[in-house]
Amino acid sequence: MSRDPKKKPLTVDQKRYSELVNELVPKPLYLRNAIMAFVFGGVVCIIGQFFTDLYKISFKLSSTEAGNPAVATMIFLGALLTGLGLFDKIARYGGAGLSVPVTGFANSVVASALEFKREGLVFGVGSKMFMLAGSVITFGVVTAFVIGLIYAIFIL
Amino acid sequence: MEWQTYMMAFLVGGAICVVAQLILDFTNFTPGHVLSAFVVAGGILGGLGLYDKLVQIAGAGATMPISSFGNALVKGAMAEAERNGVIGVLTGMFELTSTGITAAIIFGFLTALVFNPEG
Repeated sequence: MSRDPKKKPLTVDQKRYSELVNELVPKPLYLRNAIMAFVFGGVVCIIGQFFTDLYKISFKLSSTEAGNPAVATMIFLGALLTGLGLFDKIARYGGAGLSVPVTGFANSVVASALEFKREGLVFGVGSKMFMLAGSVITFGVVTAFVIGLIYAIFIL
Repeated sequence: MEWQTYMMAFLVGGAICVVAQLILDFTNFTPGHVLSAFVVAGGILGGLGLYDKLVQIAGAGATMPISSFGNALVKGAMAEAERNGVIGVLTGMFELTSTGITAAIIFGFLTALVFNPEG
């Protein structure tokens, strides 16, 4: 916590108090979190790779084409795990390993939809579904629009 | 389908997630900030043609993280721009990402109908 320098200097009691707070506030377990995110994120991608290969072989698609149904499958799994209440339990260990892959995108959509379900299907589920995931779409589209425009005007 | 593909998917996918976890732990950014930044980063790498190279190396390790959403948006806009000029940027935007968004809406809606929030 940074303090305004113009304010009065800390009294001895306040100093001891803030030292105590700093000691007691839990620090994130950086190394543990990083390893868990790596392992969980890697495993999610391996599952995604498995579905990509599965669709590639069973529907005779190219690797790029097979990526689409694989992403849809992962979104389905993320949505299902969220609905069953299991996603948060796994994400407690996996952290960013679960929220960065598309499973996390699905989780944010379903979590918002469920949270606002009691406000009704239209104003609750329908409107609030993208409350968290909306920013990802907005910033993605804005980025793609700017890059596409630069490409269309200056490079083509 | 070789084991090397799976190893690369694990390593690259895991590495992307670690970067996000470290940003979350060491800064005050929320997951929403980090995911938005990853989509923007994926879009920029896609515009430079670098993200496709990563996909070639890592397969699902690059297509599963949310950054591939930005890449797919940019690629759709650029591919259609090649055919239809500036208008193509608008019409091609969701050409490749339609799967992800449609799946998220459909499965999200159905899940919300079937399940109830806890507590």
